[in-house]
Amino acid sequence: MSTPSTTLSPETGEQLLLHHFGDLEQQHLSSSLGMWFFLASEVMFFTGMIAAYAVYRALSPEAFHLASLHIDKWLGFFNTWVLLTSSWTMALAVRCTQVGDRRGILRYLLLTAVFGTAFLGVKAYEYGTKIEHHLFPGPHFVVPGSPRDVHATEEGAGDAAHASDYQKLRDASMVDGQLDVKEFANNLGRFQLMFVLYFFMTGIHAFHMIIGIVLILLFAVLTKLHWFSGYGQTQIEMLGLYWHFVDVVWVFLYPLLYLIE
Amino acid sequence: MSASALSSHDGPPVDYLTNGTTIRSWLLTTDHKRIGILYMVSITFFYLIGATFAGLIRLELMTPKGDLFSSPDAYNTAFTMHGVVMIFFFLVPSIPAVLGNFLLPLMIGAKDLAFPKINLLSWYLYIIGGAMGLWIMASGGVDTGWTFYTPLSSLYSKTHVVGAACAVFVAGFSSILTGLNFLVTTHTMRAPGMTWYRIPLFVWSMYATSLIQVLGTPVLAISVVLVGLENFFGVGVFDPRLGGDPILFQHLFWFYSHPAVYIMVLPGFAVVSEVIPCFSRRPIFGYKFVALSSVAIAVFGFLVWGHHLFVSGQSMYAGAVFSILSFMVAIPSSIKVFNWTATMYKGSIRFDAPMLYCLAFIGLFMMGGVTGLMVASLAIDVHVHDTYFIISHFHYIMVGGTVSAYLGGIHFWWPKMTGRTYSEFWARLAAILDFVGFNLTFFPQYVLGYLGMPRRYFEYRPEFQVLNVLSTAGATVLAIGMVMPMVYLLLSLRGPKNAGPNPWGATGLEWHTDSPPTTFNFVEPVVVTCDPYLYSPEEAEREYEHAQHDVVA
Repeated sequence: MSTPSTTLSPETGEQLLLHHFGDLEQQHLSSSLGMWFFLASEVMFFTGMIAAYAVYRALSPEAFHLASLHIDKWLGFFNTWVLLTSSWTMALAVRCTQVGDRRGILRYLLLTAVFGTAFLGVKAYEYGTKIEHHLFPGPHFVVPGSPRDVHATEEGAGDAAHASDYQKLRDASMVDGQLDVKEFANNLGRFQLMFVLYFFMTGIHAFHMIIGIVLILLFAVLTKLHWFSGYGQTQIEMLGLYWHFVDVVWVFLYPLLYLIE
Repeated sequence: MSASALSSHDGPPVDYLTNGTTIRSWLLTTDHKRIGILYMVSITFFYLIGATFAGLIRLELMTPKGDLFSSPDAYNTAFTMHGVVMIFFFLVPSIPAVLGNFLLPLMIGAKDLAFPKINLLSWYLYIIGGAMGLWIMASGGVDTGWTFYTPLSSLYSKTHVVGAACAVFVAGFSSILTGLNFLVTTHTMRAPGMTWYRIPLFVWSMYATSLIQVLGTPVLAISVVLVGLENFFGVGVFDPRLGGDPILFQHLFWFYSHPAVYIMVLPGFAVVSEVIPCFSRRPIFGYKFVALSSVAIAVFGFLVWGHHLFVSGQSMYAGAVFSILSFMVAIPSSIKVFNWTATMYKGSIRFDAPMLYCLAFIGLFMMGGVTGLMVASLAIDVHVHDTYFIISHFHYIMVGGTVSAYLGGIHFWWPKMTGRTYSEFWARLAAILDFVGFNLTFFPQYVLGYLGMPRRYFEYRPEFQVLNVLSTAGATVLAIGMVMPMVYLLLSLRGPKNAGPNPWGATGLEWHTDSPPTTFNFVEPVVVTCDPYLYSPEEAEREYEHAQHDVVA
């Protein structure tokens, strides 16, 4: 049983074909199909969170709107731009594997990692400001303007345009001029829930980004070391698919969390 | 890589069991057959643990008073651990990870699964999840029921909910990776000539199972992560006092866990669809219907989760829709049962042990399925919800169905996996004991449930005692029937490898290679030129007459 010479690397003469595959096409197809199924699985993972988001937003649209105003849409916009650009450089890296440009692969992988890190930096800054304003869910969470809020100013009270979130949630819970106490409690709870979901969804997304960046750096090193057989066409293409997926998730998270008008 | 593949062709072919005998060669193997064996050993271990808890539960329920367990909480822990271990660490991996791993590449003429290393990784993930489960068991267990319903699991339970959630999360990834591997392998690794309508029905069922594993399990993962977060950070995703909704957890949980029931039972269909034609010596009746009904069950399975929430405050209209959708699952399921029975019609039936298990499967699965229709109807479900009727329904499908099929499959493919034959007499006896013991255990529970005995209580009203004692007696018989195979199958390993490539005269590629197969499965390249299940009842009759003739002469 001789192996056809077409499965050898043109550059090093290494065997590219793993023992259990018949030919390179089957090997590549298996990898990419596996990645697509994995991404389908990932979609369902995020779908669970988006379902929770949809339910609570439908129950308390006002609370979600108010909470969303605390999330800086311009920082989010900047991050969207950064991430889309990183997808572009990732696509270029994949292109370089196909034409066999090792320097190009390294350049674009590192650029992608830089953009990814920039995204995470902005994200960390956003988290920091939230925590500073007591908007991190848990025992320290304070609804702005609530009796627990030590920074609440009295002057804004009564003025509808500058009313605090607490006041607005209270207004949203009025039924026929009477305060619905249960509804008010629900609205206050869901104001916090929006932040739970914000931290959880973006946190899981950031976790995926961190894994992506680690893999990108690892693959850059491996490319440098000529560790991959060939130019890592299959491996880097799969990493690219993953990276684009993480990017697409953000494209959904950004309007859901930042752009509630 | 290729060098080692070639070297195995020098000299007589070595089978996969003797190709490396060190512990290291097993723990670092990427051979799908060895990984199947690793799974078999580890799920048997967890099965014994789960069964011990079941035994304790049945002992407690012999008397109406709570006397075996020190407190109701201890009893809660026992049935929770029984459920968690049996479902996540035995039933979900059972047939797919053991028989599926071993057989799927053989059946489609491949050398291995598409991702052998990921396959090994999935076993390690399973072991890590299992070890976490054991650690939790050793440090007091969990008492929330295997469903982890909030707010019990998030606010009130003082046990290791977060740890159990992690264990389930990790084991879930093992399941996702196995499913992913099977899907890709079925798509890309089929031998030349192995078209979609020539692949064995076993593979079709595995494909449907894998679809659910890949698409359903992540939703379970996210729900247990949310419960973990709620416990850990004190944020109220499901806490009504903080604006959360506990019903949302039930929706998310059952969105996975109802399809998970099909993860557990579809592989049973896989085994039965192989065994019935072989022991009836007839081609399967309606191949395409049996094949596509598996996929239909997988699809319908995602649309019926709401039938677990009929009494949880779900809207009446949603309840009605979920009820109708649940009834629709019966259509593909009964297509299968009718086709199996039609396969046997005018067949030349042999009652060997695998066939006995599969016949038990058909009967018990039908009982479970028909009572499933009862509980899918809104009115009856309100009456029997959270009673022993549900327990019995579930066990008829899971134990009567899946475990019977699993044992049937193990008996059918044991000669292929080990090269040895076992004692047919003891095997038949065990199959019959299992069937009798099972019915004696669980049929009384249908009656108990219908009369109103609730599940998850360790005391009950004295008038229920007779039926409970019957059930416990049945559990004893069942236990004997379950332990017996472990004895005679293990004893068979001491014998010579005398099974031959095809002891049952079965069709299917796995029977065209040696028993046990070589590391790369086939010595010659495989080309498929005919449909599966080309059995002939006439030929079987002639052979039988010849055999009779020889005996007389």
